[in-house]
Amino acid sequence: MIGESMYQELILEHYKHPQGRGLREPYDAEVHHVNPTCGDEITLRVRVGDAGKIEDVSYDGQGCSISQAAASVLHELTTGSTVEETLSVVDEFTRLMQGRGQVEPDEDVLGDAVAFAGVAKFPARVKCALLSWMAYKDAVVRSAAR
Amino acid sequence: MTQTSLDVERIRKDFPVLSRELPGGRPLVYLDSGNSSQKPTQVIETMREHLAMHYGNVGRAMHVLGAESTEAYESARDKIAAFVGAPSRDEVVFTKNASEALNLVAYSFGNPANADDRFRLGPGDEIVISEMEHHSNIVPWQLLAQRTGATLRWFGVTDEGRLDLSRLDDLVGERTKIISIAHQSNVLGTVNPVADVLARARQAGALVMLDASQSVPHHPVDVAALGVDFVAFTGHKMVGPSGIGVLWGRGELLDAMPPFLGGGEMIEAVWMDRSTFAPIPHKFEAGTPPIVEAIGLGAAVDYLTGIGMTAVEAHERELTAYALDALRDLPGLRLIGPDSLELRGGTLSFTLDGIHPHDVGQILDDDFGIAVRVGHHCARPLHLRFGIPATTRASFYLYNTTGEIDALVRGLHHVQKVFA
Repeated sequence: MIGESMYQELILEHYKHPQGRGLREPYDAEVHHVNPTCGDEITLRVRVGDAGKIEDVSYDGQGCSISQAAASVLHELTTGSTVEETLSVVDEFTRLMQGRGQVEPDEDVLGDAVAFAGVAKFPARVKCALLSWMAYKDAVVRSAAR
Repeated sequence: MTQTSLDVERIRKDFPVLSRELPGGRPLVYLDSGNSSQKPTQVIETMREHLAMHYGNVGRAMHVLGAESTEAYESARDKIAAFVGAPSRDEVVFTKNASEALNLVAYSFGNPANADDRFRLGPGDEIVISEMEHHSNIVPWQLLAQRTGATLRWFGVTDEGRLDLSRLDDLVGERTKIISIAHQSNVLGTVNPVADVLARARQAGALVMLDASQSVPHHPVDVAALGVDFVAFTGHKMVGPSGIGVLWGRGELLDAMPPFLGGGEMIEAVWMDRSTFAPIPHKFEAGTPPIVEAIGLGAAVDYLTGIGMTAVEAHERELTAYALDALRDLPGLRLIGPDSLELRGGTLSFTLDGIHPHDVGQILDDDFGIAVRVGHHCARPLHLRFGIPATTRASFYLYNTTGEIDALVRGLHHVQKVFA
């Protein structure tokens, strides 16, 4: 059963009990990203504190379990880290997702996000996993431009 | 198993893919014919044989192969004309799909090259569509409204998934030039009451077009009996190949319309500064057409005729009744579309509480080899109307069985367990 390798327990856990969901104040940048092929969407806010530390990533949206769980994991991995640290996690996650299942993930960098490794084998679902992460990257860039 | 006049097991043997094993040893359960149908050996072999032994360009090559190709291509037109009850074979225009057929008609309106008042369109004129349309019967009319300044209006959809005719007299009036609606919805399965709309259209002097992509493959359709002006459908949903579609139009209207695409074979004579055009249907078939695809569609029509569209319709009706009963028993399932067999075809769209259709489709496919469609099925406004981003859609055809519906129901139970 190929499906079981994609729907890891950890992904289902995050989907059923999303971490940090809901839009919060204050924030430095807000973005809205949409996946036109399936209609998944996310609104995401970042709050960057002193010394480039991510104080909060808040979000709201709708979509499949993969896209919603990815947002929840993103919230956990980024909050409390520096912008620079989080961008290297985003890069590694992107590399994993675009690796067509051929990329060996760096667990030290990705933490819980390695659970998404199975998604990379399903090209149609890669965009679901990346939706919130691309939104986050966009929000960070915009917050820096302020 | 239910009894029908149609021998499903024999039919299934005609479709090679239906006995294929998917990776992991799963059998294929194909419930996505509303998206595109599978092809029988008869169609595949006819196309292969033509490509291998008879292929030449049509209408212009003065040799044996050209003559054989032209004969096969034009006889496909005869078969299709007979299949849909067209009063004349010249009223059957080959296009590449239903979308092109719809665009062809849309581009006839408001075209400065047009001299006929019925196709004049500008500010103050109105185009009427419906909220249940496929994007291919929405966007061409939006573009037409933008080009001409005409107003686009639409029928709503009731909670049950029927065309809302309560505003018919207000929507369709003397400003209306064209009404274009689905004969059968690709999401709801609803078969629309064409006669009611047509009667009002005739009072108002408006033309009527049907997007019959989901009806011609599944029901006996007689364009003359329907009484409308234009009908569009596509080959790949009716056991034929992709790349070939059909526009049927009343001959007198097609004659009056300006050409759509310019090119070879659609002309009568060409000078450097002007051209005159071939009679219909060739006026609308510029360039080398999809020759083998048209011939394949002819074979598809032969195949369906051999089985009988009345039998196909009755079989799908039994499957639909069986599926409506089975799905009704699933907790948390919300059917989007009519819950009865009345004026409805074999397309069932639904949501499952708390589970996104993409997850439903993925697990059905990965774990059970069940192919359904998930998403908005190119009918986003309809999904917005029901306040949902997407649905899961099972759509049936002549080769489906009640056993496959049982498999779907088992699969949906499993999906609910995964997300419980």
